[in-house]
Amino acid sequence: MTRKKQRLYFVIAGMSVLAVAAALVLTSFEDSLVFFHSPSDLAEKPVPAGRTFRLGGLVEEGSVVKQGVIVQFRVTDLAESVPVTFEGLLPDLFREGQGVVTEGQLNEDGIFVASNVLAKHDENYMPPEVADSLKKSGHWQPEGNK
Amino acid sequence: MVAELGQFVLVLALVTAICQGILPLIGAHKQNAALMKLAENASFVQFAALTGAFICLTVGYVTSDFSILNVASNSHSLKPLLYKISGVWGNHEGSLLLWVWILALFGFAVALFGRNLPDSLKARVLAIQGLIGVGFLLFVLFTSNPFERLVPAPFDGNGLNPLLQDPGLAFHPPFLYLGYVGLSVTFSFAIAALIEGKVDPAWARWVRPWTLAAWAFLTIGIALGSWWAYYELGWGGWWFWDPVENASFMPWLAATALLHSAIVVEKRDTLKNWTILLAIIAFSLSLLGTFLVRSGVLNSVHAFASDPARGVFILMFLVFVIGGSLVLYAVRAPAMKGGGLFAPISREGALVLNNLLLSTAAATVLLGTLYPIFLDAFTGEKVSVGPPYFNATFLPLAVPLVIAMAFGPFLPWKRADLGSALSRLKFAMFAALIVLGLTWWLQTDGPILALVGMGLFAWLLVGSLIEWADRIRLFRAPFNSSWRRMVTLPRSAHGMTIAHIGVALVVLGITASEAWQSERLGIMKPGETVTVGSYDFKFNGAEQIVGPNYNALRGSFTASKHGGAGYQMFPEQRVYTDPPMMTTEAAIRPMLTADLYVVIGDEDGAGGYATRIYHKPFISWIWLGCLTMFFGGFLSLSDRRLRLGAPKKRQVEIKGKEAPTHI
Repeated sequence: MTRKKQRLYFVIAGMSVLAVAAALVLTSFEDSLVFFHSPSDLAEKPVPAGRTFRLGGLVEEGSVVKQGVIVQFRVTDLAESVPVTFEGLLPDLFREGQGVVTEGQLNEDGIFVASNVLAKHDENYMPPEVADSLKKSGHWQPEGNK
Repeated sequence: MVAELGQFVLVLALVTAICQGILPLIGAHKQNAALMKLAENASFVQFAALTGAFICLTVGYVTSDFSILNVASNSHSLKPLLYKISGVWGNHEGSLLLWVWILALFGFAVALFGRNLPDSLKARVLAIQGLIGVGFLLFVLFTSNPFERLVPAPFDGNGLNPLLQDPGLAFHPPFLYLGYVGLSVTFSFAIAALIEGKVDPAWARWVRPWTLAAWAFLTIGIALGSWWAYYELGWGGWWFWDPVENASFMPWLAATALLHSAIVVEKRDTLKNWTILLAIIAFSLSLLGTFLVRSGVLNSVHAFASDPARGVFILMFLVFVIGGSLVLYAVRAPAMKGGGLFAPISREGALVLNNLLLSTAAATVLLGTLYPIFLDAFTGEKVSVGPPYFNATFLPLAVPLVIAMAFGPFLPWKRADLGSALSRLKFAMFAALIVLGLTWWLQTDGPILALVGMGLFAWLLVGSLIEWADRIRLFRAPFNSSWRRMVTLPRSAHGMTIAHIGVALVVLGITASEAWQSERLGIMKPGETVTVGSYDFKFNGAEQIVGPNYNALRGSFTASKHGGAGYQMFPEQRVYTDPPMMTTEAAIRPMLTADLYVVIGDEDGAGGYATRIYHKPFISWIWLGCLTMFFGGFLSLSDRRLRLGAPKKRQVEIKGKEAPTHI
């Protein structure tokens, strides 16, 4: 065993682990990237049904309807809005007029079926994506959401 | 008054840190004993000053002094005392004060326990600690001053986020910081070694206890955080691959790798460059974690504030520390010659494999964590990288790691025979196959990964036990002699076995709870009974109750197994008054074989309540396993070989006598 040979083993082992890792990353990356869209984005550029993405905005006032554990509401950026349905217990801070981020897919009828409504732990908190999309739609009121 | 005093000692700490960061370096360069000695005294003063600052802020919290902005924003006079105290670090400014205080504590500890360190090395290590302190103190004083006054003082404070009013979370940050900041010591040793241009087994021996301590604290800190998420957030999950979790997980992976590579430096005087690099990477990752969490680039409960000035400051600091140390590394590392040679199949080889897998895992986690930030910064596109990515990249790397973990300790240094290691591990293989077969037979439908996980658990558990039994020649020698061997076996050897068993237990907990969890979501009316897992849950009804600083809807459930004795479970949905906020308090019945987990939600208007009930097999073992790892780490730390007070000369003697296979 010479020093050179040892170094060669190192390089081979290192390279092969890295190659495996790179392969793993490349194969899984594309599928697990979840894009964020606002209701206005969807109106502009529809996302095909069945693709997972995150939809964020405000919970539209007066839109929440609960039927057992199924909840229906609309997510709005005050320009456009999208109907959402979710089966499960809503996070503690879910309220009409509050910012919300949901993850799921659109179904054939254009309803967003959320598998996950992301909990935010602070009532003053506005998800940055939502803040950005509100700014874009021109309805951002910074004093109201410090 | 207390705020001004706090402010004053903070500035004092900064001035001391500047002296500590500069003068001893000059002293070490010129071999000036007085200047080198200064490092020690400065670290005492710095520690005392920061302790004072910390006490001042704590007094502010305990006495509810709302003329201090930080107290007014984060505390409330009606809060229980424990949460008044934990509120000190439950916010951005206070948690940074905790950070620098722990940094000073570690500097102080190096000065205190490092009496046998060569003067110049000690001076340099403490100087680097001082420089890190300068960076953080500047940050605290200029962007995040906890002692800022608020005029006029409000009548009462804003209160602490009720989610943070929890014993698990009260102690999560201190432990995590002990881990994060503990890595600064290893980093300082690495930089000092680069400046001196010398790394030898003695260096590794000085570094290892600090790494071990940091690793153990990091382990328990992460476990506490995950435990809190499990019982407090009410989703039943314990790990979400959230960027904030990743921020603590990456340094843990690097620290684990470092822990193992330092063994090779100590025993075989080789892998030195790599170990130095790992020490730099590990601390860089903990700085990066601090940056991610503190700068507000992430959106979560941890991002207390998003003030761009803070983000820019930490980013600059990060660039300076990481860039500077890597440049120093590039200049100085090539001069360090590697020591002993070894074959690919050997103890060293196994530890290299461990390091490769762990650092690759850390790199994939890093990529997944940073990618959304970069994409947002460069294209404005918002994405998130979800758990599927992390599971798909991390698990395939973790499997060979666990397989190798049982092998490694059987391989002798330098050159080993895989066949003989395998033959000693044959029981572990049997055990793994039996458990695998049994699982296959028992499980009606479940992921194939569950079989792998259970097999790995048995393999590692039995493999670790065999190795331990081998060392004390259990059942091969008379019991008395085995007992004597067990007593005289170095504590670090026991520690390794225990820590590895801890990993096996974590594997068990993760596998079983992920694969065989049962869940039921639905409306329940009082008197209704549902079956989840092997338990019947009877819903007895719900009522409104009044707590100390909240009102709650409290449900009452009786869980029983096949009509056996029932457990009462009381999940709550609380509405806190200050700040007004709703939280879900799951009712959890932890048991060794499974956890029962009940959550109650809103009333449906017709007398029914939304409920979610889980049966999670073996999930407690995730945290029990972490606790076992923590214990193993500390047992190892108490090994007399690593005890820092021992005179240097004697250490060399002991080293000569050591059996070569001991870790």
